[in-house]
Amino acid sequence: MSKFPEALFLAALIATGAAALAPVAAEEPSGGKLGLGRAATEAEIAAWDIDVRPDGQGLPVGSGTVAEGEALFEAQCASCHGDFGEGRDRWPVLAGGYDTLTRSRPEKTIGSYWPHLSTVYDYIHRAMPFGSAQTLGDDDVYALTAYVLYLNDIVSDEEFELSNENFTSIEMPNAGGFIPDDRESEPHYKTGAEPCMVDCKPKPAEITMRAQVLDVTPDSEAEGEGAAGGQVD
Amino acid sequence: MRSLALGGAAAFAGTSGARAAAGGDPAITELKDWNSYLGEGVVSRPYGTPSPFEAEVVRRDVPWLTADATSSVSFTPLHDLDGIITPNGLCFERHHAGIAEIPPDEHRLMINGLVDRPLVFTMDDLKRFPRENRVYFLECAANSGMEWRGAQLNGCQFTHGMIHCVMYTGTPLRYLLEEAGVKTAGKWLLAEGADASSMTRSIPMEKALDDCLVAWKMNGEALRPEQGYPVRLVVPGWEGNMWVKWLRRLEVGDQPWEQREETSKYTDLLASGKARKFTWGMEVKSVITSPSPQAPIRHGKGRTVVTGLAWSGNGRINRVDVSVDGGRNWQTARIDGPSLPMALHRFYYDFDWDGSQLLLQSRAVDERGFVQPTKNELRAARGDNSIYHNNGIQTWLLTSDGGLENVEVS
Repeated sequence: MSKFPEALFLAALIATGAAALAPVAAEEPSGGKLGLGRAATEAEIAAWDIDVRPDGQGLPVGSGTVAEGEALFEAQCASCHGDFGEGRDRWPVLAGGYDTLTRSRPEKTIGSYWPHLSTVYDYIHRAMPFGSAQTLGDDDVYALTAYVLYLNDIVSDEEFELSNENFTSIEMPNAGGFIPDDRESEPHYKTGAEPCMVDCKPKPAEITMRAQVLDVTPDSEAEGEGAAGGQVD
Repeated sequence: MRSLALGGAAAFAGTSGARAAAGGDPAITELKDWNSYLGEGVVSRPYGTPSPFEAEVVRRDVPWLTADATSSVSFTPLHDLDGIITPNGLCFERHHAGIAEIPPDEHRLMINGLVDRPLVFTMDDLKRFPRENRVYFLECAANSGMEWRGAQLNGCQFTHGMIHCVMYTGTPLRYLLEEAGVKTAGKWLLAEGADASSMTRSIPMEKALDDCLVAWKMNGEALRPEQGYPVRLVVPGWEGNMWVKWLRRLEVGDQPWEQREETSKYTDLLASGKARKFTWGMEVKSVITSPSPQAPIRHGKGRTVVTGLAWSGNGRINRVDVSVDGGRNWQTARIDGPSLPMALHRFYYDFDWDGSQLLLQSRAVDERGFVQPTKNELRAARGDNSIYHNNGIQTWLLTSDGGLENVEVS
């Protein structure tokens, strides 16, 4: 996506100044303790509150089929995510990766890792396509969600139609894969343990790995390109 | 490794300055331009910027880390900073859809869901709430995440620079929630941003009512656009992803929403194949910022200042220990400056370097008694695919020429 043109930005600023003079909505007192803010209208809440929960709360009425989703995906998504959700370049992989979560290089996709289908609908709807978010209609998002299920072999029928009616009947393969935060049970977090100060290792420490061997740091003399593992997100 | 294009001569003179030639040091014996000619007048720099000799002190990125610069991260130059406050222009960035440029007059903050009164606030409304000033660190959950498998990036800017610490001015989140009236069933809060990623995270109501802020100033001035201008959420001690920038909506609910950023991302895969979710708190951590790979020792042996940062999402830092032999023996360092809960702490360890090869480490202890673990202890408990929450002890190899390298030790 191109950078916001400066002229357009200035124009927006000027337009805003004018708009600020007109009331945006009927001024109703907030009714709160300090009397700050105003009541949100139904239309305002409907415009912004698009989130969907695992129990289906927030799903709009609508539907879409795998076949419809395939056409949309090819037009709107495949240039980054690949025709089969395999991900081009470093763009995210959406499908596959089953049974890789215990491997040294796990592939965490919607099918192999995501616990809830609601997150797929919600995220596509709010944030995709990358660079022109919130341009998809409710039925488009149902269709794309159905197609992502198909790419992940969670549904196999191209005629399958996903709707607000059958949405919560879909169970994701890794639904049971998440546990609450139990970091404090790890042995090194035993509270009140006084750390060792003297002769804490039987022998002098030895170097087991060096960053200069990888040489992937920017500005280093021979900058590497993507050779290393590790991720930021 | 560091280019000295601008500051080179000055830096050289500085490091060898004590040694004067027979006639004396020209820095003293020669009349300099700035001793004689007038400098620029007031307001020649209406918004001041650092000296050109500090041009290397900038945010940097690691292009191979992400597919695109708009959903990516830059790093704070920790190796060149001191004290505990990060200058606004150097605070690391993490965006998921680029920097939203929002005219404040067009920004709104909505509260809806399980509340008595769904409300809309303008920025002017927010600034009429009672204000508080608080200093907190903000650390990305993925800080040091590239180091899970071993030493990879050479410099604390890259291994530890997804952190900053500023003073926020804003209003406690609970004042806004009280204004809307949270219903008894309202146990969770969804915070949402106005950028094109519409960043969303579920926050338990207990935390929302405790110490979260809705902030519009950092270090005394308006938030920078890349830090969420005009308003962001402050979630003290918790992972940076939850500090929603360009905050536009708060929804009260009775369950978490399980959004993309708390299922696909910001969940921590363990060796068992199960993943931890809702790992909110940032654990006790520290790093020596100088000397470090980007800040080598140029003065030779003798008196040497080792300095670094320590922090914990659990509260204050009680103590920082420093080792020069890879963790075999430890000395307690000196913490200087304010010791504030969930803020960066600055430590110093002053010693006489004999010019020998050393393995430098720091180890923080927080007020709850948690001791910063080694990376090997973390790996033993979690494996090496957690991506997030790597607070393991960092080792720098100091070689006799004063250079440093990111290493792992036995």
